[in-house]
Parts: sequence; structure tokens; C-alpha cells
Amino acid sequence: MTTVLESKPASPPVEKIKIKVDGREAEVPRLMPDWQGKLVPTTMLQACQIAGVEVPHYCYHPKLPVAGNCRMCLVEFGLPAIGPDRKPILNEDGTPKIIRQALPYDPNLPRGAIACATPISPGMEIYASSPATKQMREAILESLLINHPLDCPICDQAGECKLQQYSVEYGQSESRFAEEKVHKPKRVDLGPRIVLDDERCILCTRCIRFSKDIAGDDALGIASRGSHNFLTNYPGKAFDNNYTLNTVDICPVGALTSKDFRFQMRVWFLKETKSLCTSCGTGCNIVIGSREEKVYRYTPRENDAVNACWMCDYGRLNYKWIDRADRLKEVRKQKTDGGREPIAWTSALKEISEKLRTAAPGSVAIIASARQTNEELYLLAKLAKRLGARTDSVPRRGEADKLLFHADRNPNSTGARLTGFLSAEMGSNFNQIADAIRTRTIRTLLVFGEDVTKHGLSAALLKGLDALIVSDILPSPTVELAHYLLPGCAHAEKRGTFTNVKGRVQKLMKAVEPPGDARPEWEFLHELVFNVTGQNGFVSIEGLFHQMAKDVPALAGLTWAALGDTGVTVAI
Amino acid sequence: MIVKRSPLTFWERLYLPAILGGFKVTLRHFFKKKVTMQYPEEKWTVPPDYRGAPYLVRDQEGNTKCVSCQLCEFVCPPKAIKITPPGLSGPPADRSNAEKMPLEFEINMLRCIFCGYCQEVCPEEAIFLMKDYSLTGTSRAEMIYNKEKLLALGGTHNDRIQKWKWKAEEAKAQGVAP
Ligand code: SF4
Ligand code: SF4
Ligand code: FES
Repeated sequence: MTTVLESKPASPPVEKIKIKVDGREAEVPRLMPDWQGKLVPTTMLQACQIAGVEVPHYCYHPKLPVAGNCRMCLVEFGLPAIGPDRKPILNEDGTPKIIRQALPYDPNLPRGAIACATPISPGMEIYASSPATKQMREAILESLLINHPLDCPICDQAGECKLQQYSVEYGQSESRFAEEKVHKPKRVDLGPRIVLDDERCILCTRCIRFSKDIAGDDALGIASRGSHNFLTNYPGKAFDNNYTLNTVDICPVGALTSKDFRFQMRVWFLKETKSLCTSCGTGCNIVIGSREEKVYRYTPRENDAVNACWMCDYGRLNYKWIDRADRLKEVRKQKTDGGREPIAWTSALKEISEKLRTAAPGSVAIIASARQTNEELYLLAKLAKRLGARTDSVPRRGEADKLLFHADRNPNSTGARLTGFLSAEMGSNFNQIADAIRTRTIRTLLVFGEDVTKHGLSAALLKGLDALIVSDILPSPTVELAHYLLPGCAHAEKRGTFTNVKGRVQKLMKAVEPPGDARPEWEFLHELVFNVTGQNGFVSIEGLFHQMAKDVPALAGLTWAALGDTGVTVAI
Repeated sequence: MIVKRSPLTFWERLYLPAILGGFKVTLRHFFKKKVTMQYPEEKWTVPPDYRGAPYLVRDQEGNTKCVSCQLCEFVCPPKAIKITPPGLSGPPADRSNAEKMPLEFEINMLRCIFCGYCQEVCPEEAIFLMKDYSLTGTSRAEMIYNKEKLLALGGTHNDRIQKWKWKAEEAKAQGVAP
């Protein structure tokens, strides 16, 4: 049985048309999806992309309505000549005659078209690297740079700036502009998370279109005229919605910068790791930018099945806890007098295994966060089955918004269910577990990544346990009471998978090293499971994933490699 | 290739003539003008474009010129430079419209190979290789020069352009607050 679903609906047969890009023939579909996914005539820019020819562009963004205002994508092109009889005129050798498009008043001056908004037609020839196209690009760049402040040394965008990149690739090496530049406001406080530098803005309106058409907050606009044009927020109203930081990503230059990332690190030092946002059940795909074991920023990564190119500001800024100084770094055991002593991983795991192996059936309960990965929850489910343990997780709900932020604030509720860790509604077992601890039916409690004292298991109750085994990342009252404390990893410090609310199984990759002795939970859990159940564990995450795919019906047929960078949707 | 070794002649086998020839050379130099410098009592005057230790400079108004762009940190082949950018809460730059300057700037002089890439890449003319070639210290930590020390050693550099100041003035003249 395989339950792997296609991520895209079956597409209707596509009509193809033949064009030529830089002299090479290419067959491209007549219709292609626009920013909303609606099929519209293919543009020259899309056709060139299919043909593998890059057309530089600023204002065009595949997920935004086309504006066609920057003119960077101008290309020279030709169309088949049509005779008075509406039939193509042929050359002597029988090939169709192509007419290079020229200005009506001077047939020697080539006429360009903006590739981002011009649909292709059969027989069209696009001259994406002709001398005329090159000249047009040089001229556009020259005009964009006329009033540009050339702030690169102090601009956070440097290194990932399209203006820098295209100037190097397509621009002129020298400036001919000797006049005084027009100055505009700098360091404008647009809102709580964004700083604007109007001198750097090239007026492409990407940010305006994003705010209006994607985020649904018509907050930005362009004021004034001519070279005094400048971007501004609605006077008196701060630019503040849960998606503002996406404008920083799509701004091709350094006009919009993030306050959080401002002057923190130059982008070329950042190691990029593909990962997931863990702040809600949507599971937006992200890139973690880190340097020397410190996370500097999250940026969204394109995945049309989940988050397109966007992520919310809340999730994006929710990373500061990863390198908190009070992270748990040490394996600890409670001494008989109540004090605590460090203990080695091997001894701790041996002692815990012994306790679990000899525990009476039904005397153990496991509470694990739905922030743990599929693999970890799967291993815990195995343990629970063997021990006849009651299990539960802590539900987290909030208010959803229209775009991405989901009401379920746990990143892996679906995984907790699918892997078999949760059999009942999340949170419904807590009272029973509390009662059973009170009546001393349950003598051992395993807690993974939650502060259970906040969820109905009071400190007094926990003190009555024979063994409280806790794995967590940050200190909490539950951690304080633990007989054994096993320091775990943040999602950025380990590999694994999450299943989002729609059933998309997606990978996390490791960006930074865990602090001190902390270890990925799945690593020590597989040892524990092996010791207790005798079933062979897996030392690699791939092996573990494949074992899970074999055991869990919902994940049947999945492989670690098949998940790729963007995951696979399973039936839930 | 086979090198043919011809046997020594009688004259060569006598041995003493070669020794005497050697003494002759020694003797000749003994009476010539001496070229050895008595370092460290005597110090060498380095040529004008000499590449010694890299230091940070201030402009004629006493402003730190470095804007923490970290290009030198990037280009430095032995990774001798470590810059801590100011972040949003760091100290404001000396020149307010230059927006930033490093919170900390360290050069590990034990690593530096005096190649001059940092000077070449600097867009602000803030770091220069100066004439110091003999740097000593009693510990490794002492050989890591911090911002304060680098600025003190670098001194003042006359900036003919002063682009940040000039930009601010131009903006002010247009009625735009810099
Ligand atoms: S701020 Fe950036 S995205 Fe917005 S119009 Fe200017 S250049 Fe375009
Ligand atoms: S001189 Fe060369 S090695 Fe020394 S700090 Fe500059 S770039 Fe690095
Ligand atoms: S990309 Fe801006 S006009 Fe085409």
C-alpha cells in the first residue's frame, strides 16, 4: 500500500509552441501559471527560463502580479513576417522570414519589449544576448544608478543585492553621471521590524504588491514625482502586519532591511541550511543562516505545496532561544539527598533502561511534546507500546490568520498522531495520568520537551514519583524536579522530519552544533529502545526513518531521499 | 640522464691549493667595507611602499573610518581578522551618516602574513599596512590586537574625499535630513 499523494493536481495536456531563444529552438507551453496559479499566456521571460537563458529582472517576481516598471528585462525580439494574405512570408530557402522589431520612425533602431509582461507567439525569436539587448540593459542600469547612494559598505543587502549583481554582469564599469545626486530620506522607521532607506530604493513596487495582494495590508505606496519618487508607508500608520519581513526578502536592493538582522553579520559569511520553521503546524520551509555555531536569521525557502515564498514574522524571529546561555548542557542525576550530580550519558542511559525494563506493566507514562520529530515520537511510541504506558502531548492553540499562521502552534501534531504516539485527542489523557500518579499506579514518568507543571501535573505530584526522567532544552520547574535530566537539541541542531497539518512530511537539517553534552533525542532514544525492547536501533537518521516508514502505515513507501528538499504529502 | 664523472686530476687531488683558494676569498672580504647590520641595536629604514603590520586609521577629524563591512575579514587568507559588527544596539558610528562601525576589531598578528589584501579590499581606506615588521609579545593573547590598539597604532590618515561628510552636506543642502 502506498499512500504517497501527488503534490500537484494532474495537469491537462499542454499545448506547446515553438520559439527561438538566442538562435536555439525551444518548445514552451502556450499557457503557464501566473502568480495565483491561473493559466495565462506564457511570457518571454518564462520562455527564456525554460530555454535556460537568464533574463535579468527586478520588478518581476513569480509569486506577485506583474508590474513591468523596472524595464530591466528588456530584450530585442523578432516576429515572423506576415504577407497581405495573412500567410507567413518565406525566405528563399523556405524558412519563415523573421522581422527584427524596430522603432516605427527609425527601422535601424531596435525596439525592445519587457520580457516579464510580453506573451510569446509561435515563431517568435528572442535575442536575449544581442548587442542591442546588452545596450538596453546597460542603459537601464545606468539610469537606476543615477541617484543610487552606492552605500554598499554599510548596506545589509550587499552580497545578495540584485543591483550589485546585475551591475557586475550587465552594467558599465564607469559612471558618466557628474551631476549632484537627488537625496532622499534614509533610516526611515517604517514599522516595528523594518527600516527603509529611500535612496537605495529602485521603485520596483515588489513590496507594495506583496503587502497589498499577498498580505492583504495596503500599507505601502510611492509618493512624489520623477526622480523625487520615494517609497513610504501610509502616513501615521506603522507598517506592521505579521508578514512585513517578506518585503525585506523580495526587495532586490537594500532599501528595506530587517531591524532584527540589521548590522548583525554580512550575508556572505552565513552558512545556509535547509530546515523548517517550528512555530506552527504549517511548517514553512526555511533557510537557516548561521556562522560559527550561531544562528543569525531565518529566511523562507520556496515550496509551493506549503508556503510559496513566504513565512510569517513571528516564526522568522522565533530563534533567539537557541543560543540562550541557560540552555541545558549537562546530563544530571538527582542524588538521594535531593542534590544533583553530573553523570555520563552511558551510565544514565543504563540506569534508566534498567528502571524501565523492570517497571511493572502500566506503571509508566510518557508525555512528549508535539515539537519532537516524527522519528523521536515513533521511538517513544515503541517504548510506550512495550511498557503499556499511557501517552499524551500538550496541545497549543492560537489564532490563525488568512495566509500561513496556523491555529495549531505545535509543528508536529500530525506526526504525533501518525506515528502512533497519540491514540486519543491530544491533551485528553492528562487528568488520567495525574490521577494515576496520585493513586501511585503510575510510578515512572518520562517527559520530553514540556514543562508539565504548567499542565496539571503539579510539583507536589511529580515529587511522589519513583522516577521522573526529563529531556529538555531549557530549564523549567519540571527539569528542576527530574531524577534524570537528558539535555536535548533544538531543531536547528539535529536532523529529522516533521509532518505538518496537511500531512506533508518534511526534513530538518542540522545547522549548528548542540551546546555541551546535549544530544539529539532520537540518538539516545534509539539506545533506550534497544535496551528496553531488544529491537535493533538505528545509528543513522536515514535508517531510523526507513524503519519508521515500514512500521507506520501512513508513511509506507517513503524514503529519506524521496523527501527531497520540499517533502512529500501523505494521507492523514 | 647519465652524468659522467671524470676522475680528479693530480692537481685537484693535492687538496691544499683549493684550501688556499678559499682563504684568499675570506681574506679579500676581511678587508672590504662591512655590510652586516647590527640588528636590533641598529634598525633598518624600510622603503616607502613597505608592507608591514596592518593597523586601523582615523580621519583628520578623529573619526573611526572602518564601517564594519567585513570585506577584509572575508578576504584575509590566513583568517587573521575578526570583526564584531555593532548590531542594532551597538555604539553609534563616529560619523552619524556612516551608520555603523565595528563593535570590536581584532587582528591576530601571529596569523597575519602581511599580504595587504585587507588594505586593497577596504572600500573606506580604513586599514593600512604600516612600517612595523617586528611585533613581539609575551603571550599569544597579547598578539591579538584589538580595535583600540589598532587605532592607536594606526594614527590619522588624511582623507581627501571624506565622502560621508560630503554626502551629508549635499543632502542637507537639498533639504533632506541625512
Ligand atoms: S523598497 Fe525595495 S521592493 Fe520596495 S519598491 Fe523599493 S526597491 Fe522595490
Ligand atoms: S595583511 Fe593579509 S594576512 Fe594580514 S590582516 Fe591583512 S589580509 Fe590578513
Ligand atoms: S522585470 Fe521589471 S519590467 Fe520586467
